[in-house]
Amino acid sequence: MFKILHAEFIASGIKRFVIEAPRIAHKQQPGQFVILRLYEHGERIPITIEKSDPERGTINIVVQSAGKTTHLLNSLETGDCILDVVGPLGKPSEIAAFGTVVVMGGGVGTAMAYPTAAALKRAGNRVISIVGARTKDLVILEREMREVSDALMVTTDDGSHADKGFVTDKLRQLIDNGTRIDLVLAIGPIPMMRAVADVTRKEHIRTVVSLNPIMIDGTGMCGGCRVLVDGKSQFACVDGPEFDAHRVDFAILVQRNAMYRAAEKKSMEEFERERESLLEKVHAEQAEYALQGGGR
Amino acid sequence: MTQTASKSLNPLPLKERMKLPRQPMREQPPVLRAANYKEVNLGYSEELARQEALRCLECAKPVCVQECPVGVKVKEFVQLIVAGDFMGAAAKIREDNVLPAITGRVCPQEDHCEGGCLMGKKVQPLGIGYLERFVADYEQQHMDRSKIRRAQPSGKKVAIVGSGPSGLTAAGDLVQKGHEVHVFEALHELGGVLVYGIPEFRLPKQIIREQIDYMRGMGLQFETNVVVGKTVTINELMDEEGYDAIFIGTGAGLPVFMGIPGEHLNGVYSANEFLTRINLMHAYEFPQYDEPMLDLHGKDVAVIGGGNTALDAIRSALRLGAKKAYVVYRRSEAEMPARKEEVKHAREEGIEFRMLTNPIEFLSDGKGWLSGMRCQRMELGEPDASGRRRPVPVAGSEFDLPLSVAVIAIGTSANPLIQSTTPGLQTNKRNYIEADATTQRTSRKGVFAGGDIVTGSATVILAMGAGRRAAQSIHEYLTTGKW
Repeated sequence: MFKILHAEFIASGIKRFVIEAPRIAHKQQPGQFVILRLYEHGERIPITIEKSDPERGTINIVVQSAGKTTHLLNSLETGDCILDVVGPLGKPSEIAAFGTVVVMGGGVGTAMAYPTAAALKRAGNRVISIVGARTKDLVILEREMREVSDALMVTTDDGSHADKGFVTDKLRQLIDNGTRIDLVLAIGPIPMMRAVADVTRKEHIRTVVSLNPIMIDGTGMCGGCRVLVDGKSQFACVDGPEFDAHRVDFAILVQRNAMYRAAEKKSMEEFERERESLLEKVHAEQAEYALQGGGR
Repeated sequence: MTQTASKSLNPLPLKERMKLPRQPMREQPPVLRAANYKEVNLGYSEELARQEALRCLECAKPVCVQECPVGVKVKEFVQLIVAGDFMGAAAKIREDNVLPAITGRVCPQEDHCEGGCLMGKKVQPLGIGYLERFVADYEQQHMDRSKIRRAQPSGKKVAIVGSGPSGLTAAGDLVQKGHEVHVFEALHELGGVLVYGIPEFRLPKQIIREQIDYMRGMGLQFETNVVVGKTVTINELMDEEGYDAIFIGTGAGLPVFMGIPGEHLNGVYSANEFLTRINLMHAYEFPQYDEPMLDLHGKDVAVIGGGNTALDAIRSALRLGAKKAYVVYRRSEAEMPARKEEVKHAREEGIEFRMLTNPIEFLSDGKGWLSGMRCQRMELGEPDASGRRRPVPVAGSEFDLPLSVAVIAIGTSANPLIQSTTPGLQTNKRNYIEADATTQRTSRKGVFAGGDIVTGSATVILAMGAGRRAAQSIHEYLTTGKW
């Protein structure tokens, strides 16, 4: 079991957890993720690592409520536990002195972009960050991103915070102003990453995206997370999650991510009906494991 | 515990033994079992086990023992069954096999012990697998776990990477020699392929848990959620965590896809994913469990391949409500690598076998979902590298098979996680780890490997054999210090 040392909402429906996971904290690099399972009957889902503290032996994860598992996870508090956390998985981001890098974070994707932005800055790059969200309540890590960037731009779709518009509008402006861009890193919802790829493809700017297909084991064993890159199957869990945006078949990714929509809806309805009893079940399991002395 | 059983207590003359029929395994009727996930085979009673054991010819040089990859002393444990000493029989098996309840269920006995049984030349071979299973289950019900013997500590520490058949076997053998053994597992459950690959109806999870609990009793320590190569490296285990030797038994690795059009359609699975969802994640119990599965009720499903994995997948699909369930295999039934009993069970349950058939394209419904599979018929030509006759396409034989779900079970390739993070660890052309066939030593001092990560996809018992050999040479290495 993995203890939650601290839990707090950092935006509407987006929660940050500090989790005791010494092995993962020791090895985590920017761009990597964990897979977790909340309780015995739970599913395995990949989750973003925001950062880690090897000395304290902790990792920070940032979770947006979307389906049953993330809603249930975001119902957990400081002092609760997560049954299984495994990682760090995936290849780390490529960190080098590229020159000028534009780091773009959409919604909760900003949490994944943040450690890479910080590492790119440390590697001597000029980092221009663009953070976007649908609305004011969903903007995250604005202060943290500002700290690791030479310049930060923020957009909201509805204009409720900072500039109204999309992150791609800001990218377009940079290009139109003649800013020399050596690399773009875009992490966020699929439509956002696809839109960024469309902009930079024409400009021949190297662009990297971090993909989020459905996963189970995260070690390359099941092949469920396969994505089409340059017409070839790649496993996002071991070959990625970062890929060359101009070679990714986004349509296939969208299609495959919709595979279990019916089941996901059913699970979510169940969660809404039985939130309290589900939470009780999770807590009861945790108590039992604690009795067994951590058990596993 | 009986130690000496060399004298026969079998009252029957050899001729009489040959006349006894092989005692059939009791099993759930096909109609019933095709609709549930419970174990197909129900086991021998004490009486049936004794009856079957009486058939053993007690050969002076038992071929069954030679044919067993872990060298179970078949004759001796069968004699103990005849004597009615079932716990003694269990102890006798355990001298060579730490997972008897598992091998008794999933070993391809026809290729090993029973294939070597002399009686099989005239009549049906001795039911060695059934007897092993009986003894193991009897032991489970009657043993006192507090009496499991623990060896004197040797002061040496061994890490086992992977809790599948090879890792558990190596771990079990090593802990009995007094070494401190830690087993690391990437998934949240222990057992490797036994848990994620083999379905409940063939190997109940409870059996695996009991065997592992027994091993905990022997002093083994387990840590789940550790992906060696990611969470920690081989070098870190040796240099920072103080392990004196390491055994790598990480198993079969990455699923192989066919590279034909349409493989990304929704409804096309690798067998690993299909079975992992069902077995490890309990998707067949959705929504009691959260991991989802496509609803197979009334759907047509095909598996591509002819091994045990293929049959496990398609028989699972049937139990999940599939209307039609096909095995599509490019060779003929004679070449199918699956266990004979599984083929028989599958056929009884209503699985349709489409032999000499090869898919060339997955067809789309136009909305991203699988609607069928374009196949071509094959015929057998000259023998290929595997010694089996090579299937060649029959010109103009294409036809479409309507389907909602297709499961690809044509094998696996090496998972590179450890190889790519362990300097100096030699691999072969296909990226499997190079290990000596007798000692299981790799190119790295103190590091041993065995099972599918060395040989490519094989069977549970062959992996266990490698684990056994590795344990032997790890013990030698730890006691002599010689590499």
